[in-house]
Amino acid sequence: MSAQAVQPRLAVLPNERERQRALRRLRLRRAAVYIVAVLLALWILLPIWLITNMAFSTPTAVRAFPKAFFPNPISLDSLTFFINSEGILRALGNSVLVAVTTLVISTLLAVPAGYAIARYMFRGRDAVRLLMLSVRAFPIVVLAVPLAVIFIRLGMYDQPVTLALMHTALTLPTTILVVSSVFASVPYEFEEAAQVFGCRPIQAFATVVLPLALPGIAASAILTFVLSWNEVFAAMLLTSTNRTLPAHILYNLDKSSDPFKFAAAFFMLVPTMIFIFFIRRYLFNMWGSINK
Amino acid sequence: MSEIVIENAVKQFGKFTAIDNVSLTAAEHEFVVLLGPSGCGKTTLLRAVAGLGMLDSGQVTIGGRDVTYLPPRDRNISMVFQNYAIFPHMTVFDNIAFGLKMRRADKTQIRERVENAAKLLHIEGMLERFPSQMSGGQRQRIAVARAIAYESRVILMDEPLSNLDALLRLEMRAELKSLLKRLGATTIYVTHDQIEAMSMGDRIAVMKSGRILQIDAPTRVYDLPSDHFVGGFIGNPPMNFVRGQVQRSGGAYAVKIGDFTLTPGDELRSALTPYDGKLIYMGIRAEAMEVVTTPTTDTLPVTVDVVEPLGAQNLLTARVGSDILKVSTSPDSPIKMGDQVWLRFPLNKIRWMDVDTGRAITADVAQVLA
Repeated sequence: MSAQAVQPRLAVLPNERERQRALRRLRLRRAAVYIVAVLLALWILLPIWLITNMAFSTPTAVRAFPKAFFPNPISLDSLTFFINSEGILRALGNSVLVAVTTLVISTLLAVPAGYAIARYMFRGRDAVRLLMLSVRAFPIVVLAVPLAVIFIRLGMYDQPVTLALMHTALTLPTTILVVSSVFASVPYEFEEAAQVFGCRPIQAFATVVLPLALPGIAASAILTFVLSWNEVFAAMLLTSTNRTLPAHILYNLDKSSDPFKFAAAFFMLVPTMIFIFFIRRYLFNMWGSINK
Repeated sequence: MSEIVIENAVKQFGKFTAIDNVSLTAAEHEFVVLLGPSGCGKTTLLRAVAGLGMLDSGQVTIGGRDVTYLPPRDRNISMVFQNYAIFPHMTVFDNIAFGLKMRRADKTQIRERVENAAKLLHIEGMLERFPSQMSGGQRQRIAVARAIAYESRVILMDEPLSNLDALLRLEMRAELKSLLKRLGATTIYVTHDQIEAMSMGDRIAVMKSGRILQIDAPTRVYDLPSDHFVGGFIGNPPMNFVRGQVQRSGGAYAVKIGDFTLTPGDELRSALTPYDGKLIYMGIRAEAMEVVTTPTTDTLPVTVDVVEPLGAQNLLTARVGSDILKVSTSPDSPIKMGDQVWLRFPLNKIRWMDVDTGRAITADVAQVLA
């Protein structure tokens, strides 16, 4: 018995070496994951930093090379110059008008559609979903050029409302999918309970489902706003005098100075960053990974 | 008047028949439990009474009024849902008052009823809170309070305790039972938990594959299951079933289990006639058998394979041919694994059953057939 008790101690040594090797490999694997994650983050963050950095630098600093990592001194000259440039405020107004119109039409259509997709098992439900997504599969060119022709014929060319209709067509599939995932997260049992306790179906929707879905619907509305705000191709094609901000900037890009470009990029970037930050939870939800 | 009558209810989902021609009456003030395994149609039947799923054919009347095609709000019922369905964006007060507000009841009346209901469920101090700040057990209480504040004469409950932990479930079970008895509302209660059904119901309707197999008082369902499935579903351990062969001896019938012979009473003679020479089940409860440690002529010798001390009883597992017998004995019984014991089967505790159809072989059935 005592002889046997000594033996396991001899066996410990090779075992220990194997353990160390496994631990080393585990650490290496973890390090690799972190390195990839950091590289991915830099890929996104460096351009954003460059834009922000340059937007707050003096025009001289922008033209200098190599560029400083921090703006020194911090200056609002570029941004003020950009905002006061010819046509910027008008384009900004157009952009807001188009984005808000898109948001309103898109949300009004997406709420009933999203509800139907979330709640009802109707024939062809999956086909409808696929068909809506397929709109996104076409390049915008394919949609925008024939539409431009049609709009010119109808005398609707170069109007913010027209562009808003175009943007609605582009954003609606995403909006519907987000809204339907929001409705799907409200248990149907709530509606049934409301109906048992005296509600008509429409009342149950209004008193129970809508209040619970509202934050999510607001999030999808913001997403719609951002999509419209950032869209430039259709905006270029469907407007000539009433350009939106990105279209206006793009149109004037080759005639502008570097400080103007950086200030413009920063100006376009900020609303998107802020909005996406607030709604990111709902965007994750759309793909099924719920983090509450 | 709040009697619930379901007649010839049929409901299909595509090719699947969820309810297969079910008729059921819950008398006024009665507490009827629908019990069955998942997919047996019990929830579908309850939802048909609530108006949350229309029947394909058949009729539902509540208090003499045909409600088959009425929407839920016109049926004057309340319901407690499996996941409570408490509205998270409303305070506890607004949740309980929801039905009353929909009815446009008067303000002071609403307050009074909500406070009463909250008091009955011991949540009167939490009316201004939101459900997210409350535990599962408390949310359950809100759901019940909402149902009773609505003051309908019919309360439907769909597995209301299934989301509570075991201890809380035990506590709520007794509390709900006494509460519903006091209210006197006609109640249909769906559960898959046979202990819940036994402990709460005035009557239990045992369902399987869209049909009601038996509807009876709990003790009758337990002692006199009308079906092999019912005996096996209700009770822990379930009823024992041992196969025996029917043999005619003189004018009477005997059932042979190996070398051991049981002689069913005379009243079963005509019922057993068609089974002459065939196998039937002898059904008996674990606690109905008598265990003796010395052989007598009226006992069956078995070897104890397993002894499980369960605190309140010792559960023995023995083998008879290819069938397994569970026998409960007192916790201080000296019987050990591997012991040989002898079992006595009191005839009045035995339920004979058809091996193929699973139906009980009773004197009544024979008279119906004759």
